[in-house]
Amino acid sequence: MERVETKIKEYGHMDDNNSQVGYSFEREKNNMDNADNIDKKKVELVIIGGGSAGLAAAVSAYENGCRDILIMERDQELGGILLQCIHNGFGLHMFGEELSGPAYAEKWIRMLQETSITYKVNTMVTHLYADRTVEYVNQEEGYVQIQATAVVLAMGCRERTRGAIAIPGYRPSGVWTAGTAQRYLNMEGYMVGKRVFILGSGDIGMIMARRMTLEGAKVLGVAEVMPYSNGLPRNRKQCLEDFDIPLFLSHTVVDIQGKDRMTGLTIAQVDDKMQPISGTEQTFDADTLLLSVGLIPENGLSEEAEIQLHPRTRGAIVNECLETSVEGIFACGNVLHVHDLVDFVSNEGKKAGLYASRYIQGKLNQGETFRVDAGDGIGYVMPQKVLMDVPEDKIEFMFRVRNNCKNSTLQILGDGKVLKTIKKPHMAPAEMEKVTLKKEELMGIREQLLIKVCDPSINE
Amino acid sequence: MYDVVIIGAGITGSFIAHELSKYQLQIAVIDKNADVANGATMANSAIVHSGHDPKPGTLKAKLNVRGNEMYERICKDLGVQFQRTSAFVAATSEEERRTLDLLYQQSLDRKIPVQYLTREEALQKEPNLSDEVQYVLELPTTGIIYPWEVTIALMEEAVLNGVELHLEELVEDVRPMENHPQSKDHRENYVQEMMDGRAKDMCYDIKTDKGSYQTRFVINAAGVYGDKIYQMVATQTNRDKFHISPRKGEYFVLDKLREPLVSRVIYPVPSAAGKGVLVVPTTHGNILLGPNSQVIQDKEGINNTSDALNYVKREVSKTVKNIPMDKIIRTFAGLRPTGDTGDFVIEEATDAPQFINVACIESPGLASAPAIAEYVMDTILADKLTLIEKKEYQRRTPILDPKKLSREERHALVQNNPQYGKIVCRCEQVTEGEILDAIHRPVGATTVKGVKKRVRPGMGRCQGGFCEPLVVDILARELGISPVEVRLDGADSVMLTEMTDAENQI
Repeated sequence: MERVETKIKEYGHMDDNNSQVGYSFEREKNNMDNADNIDKKKVELVIIGGGSAGLAAAVSAYENGCRDILIMERDQELGGILLQCIHNGFGLHMFGEELSGPAYAEKWIRMLQETSITYKVNTMVTHLYADRTVEYVNQEEGYVQIQATAVVLAMGCRERTRGAIAIPGYRPSGVWTAGTAQRYLNMEGYMVGKRVFILGSGDIGMIMARRMTLEGAKVLGVAEVMPYSNGLPRNRKQCLEDFDIPLFLSHTVVDIQGKDRMTGLTIAQVDDKMQPISGTEQTFDADTLLLSVGLIPENGLSEEAEIQLHPRTRGAIVNECLETSVEGIFACGNVLHVHDLVDFVSNEGKKAGLYASRYIQGKLNQGETFRVDAGDGIGYVMPQKVLMDVPEDKIEFMFRVRNNCKNSTLQILGDGKVLKTIKKPHMAPAEMEKVTLKKEELMGIREQLLIKVCDPSINE
Repeated sequence: MYDVVIIGAGITGSFIAHELSKYQLQIAVIDKNADVANGATMANSAIVHSGHDPKPGTLKAKLNVRGNEMYERICKDLGVQFQRTSAFVAATSEEERRTLDLLYQQSLDRKIPVQYLTREEALQKEPNLSDEVQYVLELPTTGIIYPWEVTIALMEEAVLNGVELHLEELVEDVRPMENHPQSKDHRENYVQEMMDGRAKDMCYDIKTDKGSYQTRFVINAAGVYGDKIYQMVATQTNRDKFHISPRKGEYFVLDKLREPLVSRVIYPVPSAAGKGVLVVPTTHGNILLGPNSQVIQDKEGINNTSDALNYVKREVSKTVKNIPMDKIIRTFAGLRPTGDTGDFVIEEATDAPQFINVACIESPGLASAPAIAEYVMDTILADKLTLIEKKEYQRRTPILDPKKLSREERHALVQNNPQYGKIVCRCEQVTEGEILDAIHRPVGATTVKGVKKRVRPGMGRCQGGFCEPLVVDILARELGISPVEVRLDGADSVMLTEMTDAENQI
């Protein structure tokens, strides 16, 4: 792909005309003393993260009339993790064609370049305060604080690590998260090993199984602790089955050998409490273990701004405008909840850009909300709250089920009354579900909207 | 000819090297690992205990108390962290209360500040004490350090003042030098002559896998290998004078929390197996949970086991509640060099003059380390070595940590040196400037782990997922090697392989 400028580049103007900001700062009291009391440059919209979510948010905010937009990107170019995803499969929903990650990013970067949106690369946001002061650092400017009218969080996610799941054994080189190995391979041009085992059947893990095989490595197997595969079905087919890579369901890694470089690992079957079953161990002489065991929204900055996070998504709690618990701060993409498809991330980014620009224009709907809760069989629902007077014509709810479900029924209840039932032939935790409810269906709810799977016990 | 060769670059060897570097002596330190602080010093609880716990009359008791007195000053001089956090010993039953009484009396005897707290008073200070905790002993002099930082700083200053550091050299043999002018053909004769006073000085020949060193004094600070090193010079009858069986301890590391879980070290009531499973705040705002205690045979057996980790999880809940197990970011295991004598073994070997064992330095070894060096100097070396202080002693400059500067100072730093404006590790906010400093100073980092130990990229919640490729890149560039030669740690711990040409075309 054509690379974008790798140095700091500012398009367009950056005027200090803040005629619209009179409504905001006085309202926000908490955490004011954390930000330095200095004259800060003012920017209407700061977007933290220049990956798929941030790019879409920026373009959409621009389309909706915002002209003073600044994206902060820590890497040396825009695009985020898309840049290392050189496989196809991006953009089918968004652009009606199958693109590689870099090509998909390029589409958005081109849209952005036709606007006056500014961005800074090699720039790390170091602090975010609830009054929407953003502190960043880069080599050219040093440490700078700016005052944003609105902020869109688009920091993406990180991979769950070996440490977080406490895999026993030695701690040699050769154990990586799949995304890090992907970066080494696709961005830096290095292989991380020759005999590879993969823990976790998440999409990145399966895609790396294929990629490493194509590069001449031997992929010895993929172990998945759950009794079902955790990624998209198409990846299971195209990345594992087509290459005869064995998938060990209900298995996990119980030991890693090797004191300098990994020399082998042992897997074992797990029981229904996820505990390894003695006597089921199998050892592989792998020099590399890649982990695809989950993604965690990267909310360090959000926590600092005292944004409320949801225990299940580990992203911000938002309303249907994707506004977080802190006024004027919006969230989208994998920092909000982990998505399966980049197209959905872009869609969410567009929404966040729209509502952030409305906020800047003083036109964002605000007010009392009711809760949106996950009932039986549901892991989480996003958004987690909805404005009680339901200003939008329709609201799309995204959710994940906790287990594979076959021929089950979804029930949607408002304040305990059934609003809707939906037959679902198939649902799986690895596939995000959506349901759209109309204004008239939601009007009148005062306390709680609940989504649940009827009779989840019959599920597989 | 060296005056002193120290085997082992852990915290004990480093303190001794640092002490000796003040004098006009030829000194070398040899370690088999790729970095200093890579054995017992690598993985432990990082606590400077008050000295309340060791048995009366032991070197452990004496040197722990003294070490605790010494640390703050030493850390200040080195420009490294020391925090006097205080500690609780938390009892959950009347029976445990009796042990607390014993510790209380022991502390008074040792003039260690100590006080009893009621449950309510204790909760005021540590709200997350478990509901079972009934009585608490507070030991306010307890502190925490960053063991790698202290050790690296000590060795750096020693090297700045002329000490030679030889890493990745394995000591294969130590023996009295056979063709030394004062030696006869036979080892026993030479040693006998020394003891009788006929010979005036010893000379040892240390053979490593890379070369040899002739030295008058040998200091055996080889951690879990202390018994093996001593056996190289010991007579047949003394070979079994002490054995070291590693006692493994396993830990969890918790991410930095918004609200501190604890701000003091929380000990359970100690038992025969040791101080028990602790909850320990670290100098960087993380929490350590651990260790268990398991005797093993393999001196390199630093693997984690699920049994031990599960045990640690169960045990910590006895003293502390609300532990956010979803904030675990890392597990590790370390080996205590536990001897079979019950105490540190710090003495000139009776059968090998001028060969000094500093062995079996298990807990409270870290807390005692400065006092161990002082003890070795005062009671053993002062009489035997001519100690003439160097006229000029060079102090190290601490690694510049922009996080400790005000925003204005940090800003000015970036203006002067833009490398401090490039954050490589987001989780720990480590800049490229710090990494370059860690690589290019004396006793600099040569491996990914070495960089991590000095300035912490990869120590945070993403465990290097984002920054490791950048660190590999910087190491390769600065060391003038290819990324495929960059290692995680030891000799065979390479990380990457080149793609072949054919592969590159895909």
